[in-house]
Amino acid sequence: MIPGSFEYHRPKTVSEAVKLLKKGKDARVLAGGHSLLPMMKLRMTDPSALVDLGGIAALRGVKKVGSKIVIGAMTTQHELLASALIAKNLPILHEAAQLIADPQVRYMGTLGGNVVNGDPGNDMPAVMLVLDATYKVTGPIKSRAIKAREFYKGSYETALKPGEIVTALEIPVPGKHGYAYEKLKRKVGDYATAAAAVVLTMKGGKIATCSIAITNLAPKATLVEAAAKTLIGTAGDDTSIAAAVTDARKVMDPANDTRGTPAYRTSVGGTYVARAVKSALRRADR
Amino acid sequence: MSNVHVKLKVNGQVMEGLCEPRTLLVHFLRENLNLTGTHIGCETTHCGVCTVDVNGKSVKSCTMLAVQAQGAEVLTIEGMANADGTLSALQEGFRLMHGLQCGYCTPGMIVRAHRLLKENPNPTEDEIRHGIAGNLCRCTGYQNIVKSIQHAAAKLRGEEFLEAAE
Repeated sequence: MIPGSFEYHRPKTVSEAVKLLKKGKDARVLAGGHSLLPMMKLRMTDPSALVDLGGIAALRGVKKVGSKIVIGAMTTQHELLASALIAKNLPILHEAAQLIADPQVRYMGTLGGNVVNGDPGNDMPAVMLVLDATYKVTGPIKSRAIKAREFYKGSYETALKPGEIVTALEIPVPGKHGYAYEKLKRKVGDYATAAAAVVLTMKGGKIATCSIAITNLAPKATLVEAAAKTLIGTAGDDTSIAAAVTDARKVMDPANDTRGTPAYRTSVGGTYVARAVKSALRRADR
Repeated sequence: MSNVHVKLKVNGQVMEGLCEPRTLLVHFLRENLNLTGTHIGCETTHCGVCTVDVNGKSVKSCTMLAVQAQGAEVLTIEGMANADGTLSALQEGFRLMHGLQCGYCTPGMIVRAHRLLKENPNPTEDEIRHGIAGNLCRCTGYQNIVKSIQHAAAKLRGEEFLEAAE
């Protein structure tokens, strides 16, 4: 399997990349290439040009700026797993990255590619939703910031306009918190049959703040606000968790594919929301 | 589309060739450079038989363009033996522990295990299994592959591996 023909560009700067992207009709950005190249090999997509961001050093790396962690869009999953700054401040990113594909794919696959691709099966969008991340975007006319919570519009539909590039992700560092990313998959390398991300904080034995998001259980990564609201103010007892699971199942609308029927995936989806809440509660500072 | 001049350092030797931008690294290695030790399996980034080492990372060479590897240092199975031609610790481990049957996955397994042991010279059995999770073998059931890697890791640490192959 070989992709169709295309022009290849490897710019050194973001502004050069934006110009190249504007020039080519159906030009696409190439990040780690582990979603795009397989699609091109299957001829499901056929861009006229690829603008490879691999040569832009400014798009890589993790740093702490004030109370935020800023991650370059071309930072790989492997680099996230190796980052002490991530381990200390955003351990949920480690938990999720470890569940993405396999070691070879994690060396190449980037955080930016994972969140921008728009496949409901990508793991990082749900994590970005619960962390309330912001994506920094550079385009041909201006730069802007898009909240992760406003980024996802549908399956492969995002708020990103043609010609725009996500350059970095900004994540506010939560204080002492409990977290979990729980994922059911058929085998190593598979997308989630069902997965859930949870971040919560405790105060006086009760859940003070809570965010829950789901992966591959709807046409897009989805924040389940009703379920989180149900849990806030409770001690995270089994009855409250069961009520939150009921809320979460109401927004689930999974595809009917080889991973299971919608009924099955909604059923296990609830189970995984409950597991993620329980794991997060165990890790929270009560 | 015009051809691109791709220059790489493969197994310590500078090699070059002309290819289209759409040429995959595995095809460039096999067809332009005649290095056919790297195998092609699923071509869909699942099986890992095409694994090579690019700038110190294990990469599925069916999912990387040759042009993306421009200027890179690439290590393939052809570069695994010791300089004097004797078997490396990993190759010897695979031979002694029966880490292969049909041999199709072996180049990818050994190149991947090479990077795994560079990053973690003393892996647990669990770490080895997770470390080779991107490489499929349909013959061995993995047991002897894990032992092969344990054997090599022990040898590289100057220790003896006392278990026998299954």
